[in-house]
Amino acid sequence: MANPDFAGREYAATAPYSVGREKLREFAAAVGAAHPAHHDLVAARGLGYPDLVAPPTFAVVVAQRAEAQYVQDPEAGIDFSRVVHADEKFVHHRPIVAGDELVTVLHVDSVTQRAGIAMVTTRCEISAQADDGTREPVSTVSSSLVIRGEDS
Amino acid sequence: MARPVLADLSVGAVVATGAVELDRARLVRYAGASGDFNPIHWDESFATGVGLPDVIAHGMLTMGSVVGVVADWAGDPGAVVAYQTRFTKPVPVPRDGTAVVEVSAAVGAIDADAGTVRVDLTVTHEGGKVLGRSQATVRLS
Repeated sequence: MANPDFAGREYAATAPYSVGREKLREFAAAVGAAHPAHHDLVAARGLGYPDLVAPPTFAVVVAQRAEAQYVQDPEAGIDFSRVVHADEKFVHHRPIVAGDELVTVLHVDSVTQRAGIAMVTTRCEISAQADDGTREPVSTVSSSLVIRGEDS
Repeated sequence: MARPVLADLSVGAVVATGAVELDRARLVRYAGASGDFNPIHWDESFATGVGLPDVIAHGMLTMGSVVGVVADWAGDPGAVVAYQTRFTKPVPVPRDGTAVVEVSAAVGAIDADAGTVRVDLTVTHEGGKVLGRSQATVRLS
């Protein structure tokens, strides 16, 4: 079962995720996001953005890579075949745009167990990193997973 | 296209509706685009083997698809400053045909000081709610 010792853990910042135009177009097409600001540079710039804008849930791509540090760690005790996604929350401090170099600090906010069910809540603090190393907060992504027990 | 204005909104008003059709190809496409390759979303025998009725849609695909009506209504996807949901029921996607998810977006609350509106999404499949407490916060002028 989920290892309670991981609660409160904070990971080192990830290597940068480079947000590419074609990735944003691909993700937007996959979720059916047809707004031109995801696809057309002129439309995005017309709304005041420096480049193509990410759909509201694109940050999950970045967050899930960071979360893998925790959920794929054998010591964490998370059996992924028994995992159900329970909650997801995005808070955007500013929209993600193509060209961003995103670094993520993963926090394990809670690990709880009750009646054979475990619930883990993670939080990804995603920032855009400039060439000089300074970071600007971009998105906070919180996610809760439920892990069903062996006999439930 | 004219963007909505906060002062014109009233709590309870439905601002957008839509429907999303999900088929197996769409799930595979989302798996590739998102990097979420959990086999419950594309391998029927794996999905039924872990107790699911069929292959199910990624909760994040449902969440990510239905918010499009809000972004389009706002006229700017970057105006969606927060978005949250609870995954209450899976959406099974059959081998043949599609699973239809319907969305209705209504004004839940208006915060004039912050310049934001909370839009509450009602998201259903075959009459049952599949997302709970689904709320998008949109910044408007």
